[in-house]
Amino acid sequence: MSSPLSRDEVAKVAKLARLRITDAELEQFTEQLGQILEHANDMTSLNLAEVEPTGHPFGLINVMREDEVRPSLDRDAVLSQAPDAFEGRFGVPRIMGEAP
Amino acid sequence: MKHAIDIAAAVNAKESSASAELATSLAVIAEKNEAINAFLFVDTDGAKSFAATVDERIAKGEQLPLAGVPVAIKDNLCQTGVPTTCSSKILADWRPPYTATVVERLIAAGAIPVGKTNLDEFAMGSSTETSAFGPTKNPLDLSRVPGGSSGGSAAAVAAEMTPISLGSDTGGSIRQPAALCGLVGIKPTYGLVSRYGLIAFASSLDQVGPFAKTVTDAALVLEVIAGHDPMDSTSLPEPAPSLVAHVNDGVVGKRIALVKELYEGADEEVVASVKNAVAALEAAGATIIELSIPELRLGLSAYYLIAPAEASSNLARYDGVRFGLREEGDDVTEMYEATRTAGFGAEVKRRIMLGTYALSAGYFDAYYGQALKVRTQMIKAFAKAYEQADMLIGATTPTVAFEFGSKTSNPMAMYLSDVFTIPTNLAGDAAVSVPFGTGENNLPIGVQILGPGRSEATLLAAARVLEIADGRA
Amino acid sequence: MTLPNGWEMVVGLEVHSELKTATKMFCGCANSFGSEPNTNVCPVCLGLPGSLPVLNQMAVELAMAIGVALHCTIAPSTFHRKNYFYPDMPKDFQISQYDLPINSRGYLDLPDGTQVSVERAHLEEDTGKSTHLGGSGRIHGADHSLVDYNRSGVPLVEIVSGPDIRSSAQARAYASELRGILIATGASDGRMEEGSMRIDANVSVRKAGAPFGTRCEIKNLNSLRSLQRAIDYEALRQTEVLDEGGTIRQETRHWDENRGETSTMRTKEEAEDYRYFREPDLVELDPDQAWQDRVRAALPPMPAARRARLEGLVSDLSDAQRDAIGTVVELDLDHFVIAASEAKADVSVALARSANEIAAGIEHVDKLSVENFVTTVAMEQKGELSATQAKKVLGVLLESGGDPGAIAKSLGFEQLGEGALGELVATCIEENPSEWARYREGDEKLSQFFIGLIMKLTKGQANGKAVIAELQRRK
Repeated sequence: MSSPLSRDEVAKVAKLARLRITDAELEQFTEQLGQILEHANDMTSLNLAEVEPTGHPFGLINVMREDEVRPSLDRDAVLSQAPDAFEGRFGVPRIMGEAP
Repeated sequence: MKHAIDIAAAVNAKESSASAELATSLAVIAEKNEAINAFLFVDTDGAKSFAATVDERIAKGEQLPLAGVPVAIKDNLCQTGVPTTCSSKILADWRPPYTATVVERLIAAGAIPVGKTNLDEFAMGSSTETSAFGPTKNPLDLSRVPGGSSGGSAAAVAAEMTPISLGSDTGGSIRQPAALCGLVGIKPTYGLVSRYGLIAFASSLDQVGPFAKTVTDAALVLEVIAGHDPMDSTSLPEPAPSLVAHVNDGVVGKRIALVKELYEGADEEVVASVKNAVAALEAAGATIIELSIPELRLGLSAYYLIAPAEASSNLARYDGVRFGLREEGDDVTEMYEATRTAGFGAEVKRRIMLGTYALSAGYFDAYYGQALKVRTQMIKAFAKAYEQADMLIGATTPTVAFEFGSKTSNPMAMYLSDVFTIPTNLAGDAAVSVPFGTGENNLPIGVQILGPGRSEATLLAAARVLEIADGRA
Repeated sequence: MTLPNGWEMVVGLEVHSELKTATKMFCGCANSFGSEPNTNVCPVCLGLPGSLPVLNQMAVELAMAIGVALHCTIAPSTFHRKNYFYPDMPKDFQISQYDLPINSRGYLDLPDGTQVSVERAHLEEDTGKSTHLGGSGRIHGADHSLVDYNRSGVPLVEIVSGPDIRSSAQARAYASELRGILIATGASDGRMEEGSMRIDANVSVRKAGAPFGTRCEIKNLNSLRSLQRAIDYEALRQTEVLDEGGTIRQETRHWDENRGETSTMRTKEEAEDYRYFREPDLVELDPDQAWQDRVRAALPPMPAARRARLEGLVSDLSDAQRDAIGTVVELDLDHFVIAASEAKADVSVALARSANEIAAGIEHVDKLSVENFVTTVAMEQKGELSATQAKKVLGVLLESGGDPGAIAKSLGFEQLGEGALGELVATCIEENPSEWARYREGDEKLSQFFIGLIMKLTKGQANGKAVIAELQRRK
């Protein structure tokens, strides 16, 4: 049975998800994800054009809080958990390209 | 081991103390944890300090619903300063700067958090075999899995290390291990229990709930942790329901539907237990009908698109910048890839990949969008069933506890073990797993009772009827 | 600027405005500019595992106020996650609105009478800020970067115009008018230099009447001047490419302020797949009619209405006065002009003094009371102060406050009151009898001779009109 998705698509997805996968994993994921999507055919083949997608199951709306300041975290405590910190900020390797 | 309700009564009456109850718990953990691997971290010092505080509060005349009750916490719930790993290498050294609402409520109620329990990595699995820190063994048979993902929390109670524990249930992660370990487990109504501080797997499905040996203990814990939390926008805007007071309400006059899709395909011994349970409920005064809800068959497909899709986004933040593991790279993208590739295990990667695919341009409508519509169909189908019945009944799992390694090579086979539990999460409703009868090798079988949103009191009363009929209490 | 060879530019703007709330969009951390790095952060805005967002009601209310001011429809809306990896994005997704924004289908009238449609004005959260170390201090060539999450989670409204703009001047007028509206609603401080208002411009060109061309998006323009220059550069660049037989690639471009050029940031092929989906941690937002009505009722007059009111106070409005009114409204000085008008003082003088002298001392405007302003204008009108003197008195009032009469006295202006001026004029007449005789016989030019003498004696502090009035009286 041919997989509903190709190795190229799986490789593209890995890049989007910021995961590196080996050739063996690429093979394996293509097959396994294919199986799961095959199983989903029972669902994808249904005509549900008129059905609304579900949000909160009990239909809560307008959940908001007052605009009141609450204490922030202690900076040293926050930065003590960081892999790299410098001058009160989080350090990262060079960024290639601007934010999208 | 004493039940939580008895420990609390004794500590409140000053016949025992939190420190003494903690010492008992710590001794059992010291004796058994090496073989079982229920706890990833035992917070001995922290627990002693919590116990001392409870004893001071009792001395001052306070009465606390969980006074001095040791509790095990699934390691996907944050507790200030205590390692919180989700059983993942990517969070191996993380100590959160804040505490989950449910853990705060347990502490306020006098419970003693003794440590953090093992789970499938990021709660993705049904056996604890995907934990980066080794699987948890089923205390009833060490060659078998305890179920998952909350396997450590189930094993801690089954091994009598603590009388109660907290788990989380996204597609069955409380009910399935409860069934496999012979415990009561509750998947509460979506929004009844705060998710603030629960590390998200699939936000629209996750709920925190209790494990206990008895229905009353499970009810007691749920009463403490439930109720509106302003820190969780999806939290229902109401106080916790009264549960313990109603556990002996019985099932007289209740309409209970045996649902074909909730036991078909299970092992014969499981089906037999479900039918015996139905007979016991009928004998106790319930009216039994039989129903078929074909929409439930679509649950697995919808779940395995919705949950990975949300997970792929929830797990993006593990990027090596603010906390947790970092593997160096020449630029930030290389660092991300190195960190995430080294930090996540195979099952987590598989689900991130599946979810990313389901959300990506060109496939959204066919997969994720369609799955949300199936969810709507499922909610409607359940609602129709609840016009005819107050509760539904079926099996929790297709089999008793299975052996290590028997399903790890085939993800689809593992996913199928959640087939009876998943529909409740998709509907956002409540369900309870209660032990009833035994199967192969005298291993426990779980019966699942399902109800509409906010039906916990009714479900627990029915579970209590089965507990008595099964000779457990 | 007019494009060559019959080309026409087509521009749409996306304006991001930070909202002036006390706290961030989804947590209780302070929304403040200029704090020490990473001091306004918590589990939510750092995206720590297990944290959850809770929507700030004031952010919603300010977004609704913007929607009302832009004549939008306010409708039930939802939040979505926009997924992409970037260090200043703590969750590696941004909570934004997608197919169901809170405000849609509005418009904005510009002072020149043209109208620009507003497709949507939706809520979203801001990102943190990266600083690039090593190399040039810019992103390219940096060795590593440092991230501050104080801005992460600050509420933003993104206002998307239709592709209705046809010149860079109109784009500037739209951005300027929109900025005035954002300030007037109280939603924003409009400080572009602090990044609280940032603009992306979608630019394409076409021959008049032809279908729209391929567009390029210029990101992050942070002044009105940059906006206008970048659009002109980009439109001209596109016409040159097309005139040489080339084609325009759909892409995102960066504006270099120093070089005055745009350059490619990302082509369409490299564009992120954002994998938008409904944010499961938030519920639907559906402001009821009563809440919308409250917001509408609380909305102060918008700049266009305020300009119209001031224009109604001035007869024979000149172009310069129209500009002055624009300045007065932009700087929120309307009440000075209105008070002068109500006190029957000269509105033209009040308008000029507001648009020039008060505007120049705008940082001290709190020290200038409306009463003192009206008094000063009235003194100038009555000739008790010359224009020059009135400006100086206003300068002192803005600098240190006080009483206009006392200030005039302390500056030595008070002898130029009617009595003192009369004495000076009488002296000059006595000392120059032949000039006085010729003036009396009708040689009006000689009034300048007397004004000159008086100015010399008073070191330029006399009021010319008052001198003439005095001469006339003695004729």
